Amino acid sequence: MIDQIIHMSVYILMPPLLFGIMNKTKAYLAGRRGAPLLQPYYDLIRLFKKKMVISSTTTWVFYAGPIVTMLAVIVAGLLMPLGQSHAIISFTGDFILFAYLFALARFFTTIAAMDTGSAFEGMGVAREMTFSAIIEPGLFFAFLVFVKLSGSMSLTVMLQRNLYGSINQNNFAPLVMVIIGLSIILLAENSRIPVDDPNTHLELTMIHEAMVLDHSGPLLGLIEYAANVKFFILSSLLCTVIVPIFSSDGWLSWLGFLTGIILISFMVGIVESIMARLRMSRVTILLFSAFLLCGSAVIIFER
Amino acid sequence: MSLQLIIVAIVGIALSGVVGILLGKSVKCKQALTTIIVLISSVLGLVGAFIGLFSEATSFKFFYWPTIGGALIGLDELSAFFLIPVFLIGGLGAIYGMGYWKLSEHIYSSQKLQLFWGFLVAGMGLLLIGRHVFSFLMGWELMAISAFILVMTEDEEAECRKSGLVYLIATHISTLTLFGFFALWHYATGSFVFQPIGEGILQPGMLNALFFLALIGFGLKAGMMPLHFWLPGAHASAPSHVSAILSGVMLKMGIYGLIRVGLLLPTPPSLWGTIILTVGSISGLLGVVFAIAQHDIKKLLAYHSVENIGIILIGLGIAFLGRTYNQPEWVALGMAGCLLHVWNHSLFKSLLFFGAGSVLHSTGKRNLDIMGGLGKKMPVTALFFLIGAIAISGIPPLNGFVSELFIYIGLIRPTALGDPHAIGLAMTAPVLAMIGALAAACFVKVYSAVFLGSERSEDIKPVHESPKTMLIPMAILAALCVAIGVFPQYVTFILESIIHQKILLNIIPLKIYSFFSLGFVISIVVLYIWMKFRPKKPKEALTWDCGYAKPTSRMQYTATSFGNGFAIMFEWILHSKVHKTKLNDVMPGQVTFESHVNELVLDRFLKPFFRKTQTAFSWFGRFQQGASQNYILYILIAVLFLMAMLVPYNEWFLPFIKN
Repeated sequence: MIDQIIHMSVYILMPPLLFGIMNKTKAYLAGRRGAPLLQPYYDLIRLFKKKMVISSTTTWVFYAGPIVTMLAVIVAGLLMPLGQSHAIISFTGDFILFAYLFALARFFTTIAAMDTGSAFEGMGVAREMTFSAIIEPGLFFAFLVFVKLSGSMSLTVMLQRNLYGSINQNNFAPLVMVIIGLSIILLAENSRIPVDDPNTHLELTMIHEAMVLDHSGPLLGLIEYAANVKFFILSSLLCTVIVPIFSSDGWLSWLGFLTGIILISFMVGIVESIMARLRMSRVTILLFSAFLLCGSAVIIFER
Repeated sequence: MSLQLIIVAIVGIALSGVVGILLGKSVKCKQALTTIIVLISSVLGLVGAFIGLFSEATSFKFFYWPTIGGALIGLDELSAFFLIPVFLIGGLGAIYGMGYWKLSEHIYSSQKLQLFWGFLVAGMGLLLIGRHVFSFLMGWELMAISAFILVMTEDEEAECRKSGLVYLIATHISTLTLFGFFALWHYATGSFVFQPIGEGILQPGMLNALFFLALIGFGLKAGMMPLHFWLPGAHASAPSHVSAILSGVMLKMGIYGLIRVGLLLPTPPSLWGTIILTVGSISGLLGVVFAIAQHDIKKLLAYHSVENIGIILIGLGIAFLGRTYNQPEWVALGMAGCLLHVWNHSLFKSLLFFGAGSVLHSTGKRNLDIMGGLGKKMPVTALFFLIGAIAISGIPPLNGFVSELFIYIGLIRPTALGDPHAIGLAMTAPVLAMIGALAAACFVKVYSAVFLGSERSEDIKPVHESPKTMLIPMAILAALCVAIGVFPQYVTFILESIIHQKILLNIIPLKIYSFFSLGFVISIVVLYIWMKFRPKKPKEALTWDCGYAKPTSRMQYTATSFGNGFAIMFEWILHSKVHKTKLNDVMPGQVTFESHVNELVLDRFLKPFFRKTQTAFSWFGRFQQGASQNYILYILIAVLFLMAMLVPYNEWFLPFIKN
C-alpha cells in the first residue's frame, strides 16, 4: 500500500521537475544561470489560474484535444512500472494499450490543432503524423525484444525481474541496439532536439510547439503537463532497460530509479545543448535508423 | 426456428422493392412503405441470426432440382455471425436512403435503387445460408449483379459507367474462378454439398489447387491486394449508402467464403497461412498508403476498406497457421480478431460512408481540398464521423482497438511462449502498428479537412445539417462502436461460441480493460465539463498567424499539403503525378497546381496490358467486320476443310511411306 502511494505521488508530482533539470542543464552549458529548478511547477500553477483566449474558428474539439491528450498519457503511465515498483494496472497485452494510448493522445492533439485552421498548426500536425508512422512500429519492435527476452506480454513482468534473468552474451548486442533505438524514440516522442526544437523563434520550424500555438491558460497547462508526464514515462522505460538491477530493498530501488531518470533528463539536456535540430527530411532518416535498429534487434535476437 | 425466420426475412427484403413498383406512380408514401418492409424483415432476420448464434447448426433442402441435386440451405454460428451485419446495415441503409436518395428528388432511380437494394441484401443472405453450390452461387450472383446495378445508379456520369464496367468484369472473373473451384470440388469429392473433407483423402496438389482458386475467387470479392483494382472506383461512384453496404458488408462475403473453405478443407500446409498473412500485410499497408494520397473522400474511404480487409486477413492467417501447427490458441485469437474486425469494420465503415454521404448531400462535393469548417454547420454529423474515424484508426476506447488487440496478441503470444514458428507472426506486429499509425494520420487529415478550420471555397456555402432519417442510422452505428469498445467482454461470448473455445477471457483480461475504458470515458466528460464551464469565461480572438491581422481561409493547410510528407515517404510505390505551372517571371500570373495518384494495379498494369494486347491483335480485326458475305466464306472454308478430312489419306500415302 505504502509502495503504491509513493508510486502514485512520484508519478504525479515528479514529471515537471525533469523539465526543470533539463532546462537548468541547458542554461549551464550555455553559460547562463537559468530559471529555477521548480520553474515548470510555477508555470503550471500560473497557467491554471489564467483566463483563456480561444480562436473564433474553433469548435468543441479544441477543448477536447488537451483533455483527452492528458488523460490518455496519464492512463498510459499507469501501465508503466517505475523501477522495481509494479505498475498500477497490469495485464496481458498492456503494452499494446500503452502504445495505442499514445496514438489516442496524438490523434486528439492533432485534431485540436487543426481546429484552429492555422497553417503553422497544419504543418506541425503533418510532421507529427508523418514521424509517428515510423516511431510506432519502432516502439513495437523494441517491445518485441522484451517479449522475447522475458516470455511475458505485460509491461511490469517484461521490464522487471524476468528481463535480466535470461541475459547472456548472445543477446547483449540486440539489447544495446534497442537502447539506442529507444533513446531516439524518447527524443522524437518528446519533441526534443535533434528532432524538434521547442525554443526556436519561428513557428515554421517547430512540430509540437506549433501544434499548441493557439492553446492558452488551463488548456495549455494540460498540454504542458501531459508533455512532462510523457517524458517521465518514456525515460522511466529507458531507465529500467539501461539500469537493470535495482536493489530488492524498496527504498534503495526507488533511489536508484530516481537517480536514473534524473540522469536521463540531464543527458537529454546535454544532447540538446551540443546538437542542432536536423533538417526535416533528415529527421525521417534518424527515425528510420531507430526503427531499423529495433527491427534488427528482434531478428538477431537469440534466447 | 431461426432458419425459418431468416428465410422469411430474406424473402421479405427481396420483395420489398417490388411493392413500390406495383403501387404505381400516384402513391407518395411508397418509399416509406418499402423501407418499413425492409426494416421489419431485417429485425426478423437479426432475431433469427442471434438465436442461430447460440443454437445447434441446422440444414435442410430448400427445393429440389434434379440436374444438380437440390439446393441445401442451413444455419450455423458462422453464417449467423455474418448475417448480423447484413441485416443491420441492410435495414439502417434503407432508412438512410430515405433521406439521402429521396423519391421526390430522384424519381427515376430511387425505385430502381430500392428494388436492387433488396435484391443485394437478399442475395447476401442467401449465399450465407447456402450449403450447396447451387444456393450459394445463386446468392452470389444475385449479390454481384444487383451491386453492379446499384453502382450504376448515376449512370449519366462517364466515370460512374467506367468504374461500373470494371466492377462487372472483376466480379465475373471472381465468379468464373468460383465456378472453377466448385467444378474441381465436385471432381474431388463427388458432390456439390459443402461437407468437410477428411484428412488424407485428397492429394496435396488437389488441395493446393482448391485453395488457390478459392483465394483468388473470394479474394477478388474481398478486395485484397493486388485484386482490389475494381474497388476504389466502384465504391466511390455508388450512392453513399450503397457504398456503405458494399464496403461494410459485401466485401466480407469474400472473407466468409475463405473462412468457410478453410473449415471445409483438411489441415492446411503452412504455405496457405503464410500467404494469407503476407497478402493481408500488403493489403493493409498499401491500402492505407494509397488512401492517404487520395483527394476524393469516398475513394479514400474505399482504400481504407482494402486496409481493413488486410487486417482481417492477418487474423485469418494466424488462424490458418494455428491449424497447421496444431495450436488451438492461435486459432482462437486469430479467428476472434478476424471475426470481430469483420463486425467492427461493417459498423465504422458504414458510419463513415454515411457521414461522407451527409457531407456530399449538403455540399455536393467530394474533393477534400475545398471543404472545411463543416463541423460548425453539421455538428451532429461531425461528432459521428469523429467516432467512426477514431474507431477505424484502431484507437482505444472504441471497437477498432479491441479486434486489433486480439490480432496483436495472436501475433505476439507465440513469441512470448517461445514457439519455434513465432518469428514470422511477430514481424507482422510492427506492420500492424504502422498501419494503425498511418490510418490515424489519414483520418486526422480527413476529419480536419472536412470538419475543422474554415471553408476553403466559396462554393460550399449553403450547408445544412442532414435530416433525421440520415442521422438516426449514424447514431445507432456510433453507439454500437462505443458499446463494443467499452464493453468488449460481452462480444467475446459470441466469438467464443463460434470458435468453440472458452479461452479468450483467460488470455486477455478484458474486464480490467473495460473497467478502465469506462473510467476513461467518464473522466473525459467530467474534465470537459469542468473546462468548458469555468467561472473565468474565455475571450474570443482570431487564430494566431504570427500577428497577421487578416488571415483568410486559403492560408489553411490543405489535405494535399498534409499528405505531402507521406507522399514523399512512399513515393516508391505511389508515383504521384504533379501538374503545375512553371514560375519563370518576376511577377508571375495565375498559377495552378494539381496532383493525383494512379491506381496501382488498374492504371499501371491492367490498362497498359490490355491496351498493348489490343494493338498487338488489331490485325485480327479484319476477319471480324460484321459483313455477312465474309462469314459465309468462313463457313465455306470450314466445310471444305471438314470435307477434306474424308479423303482417304492413309491409302494414298501409306504405300509411299512403307517403300
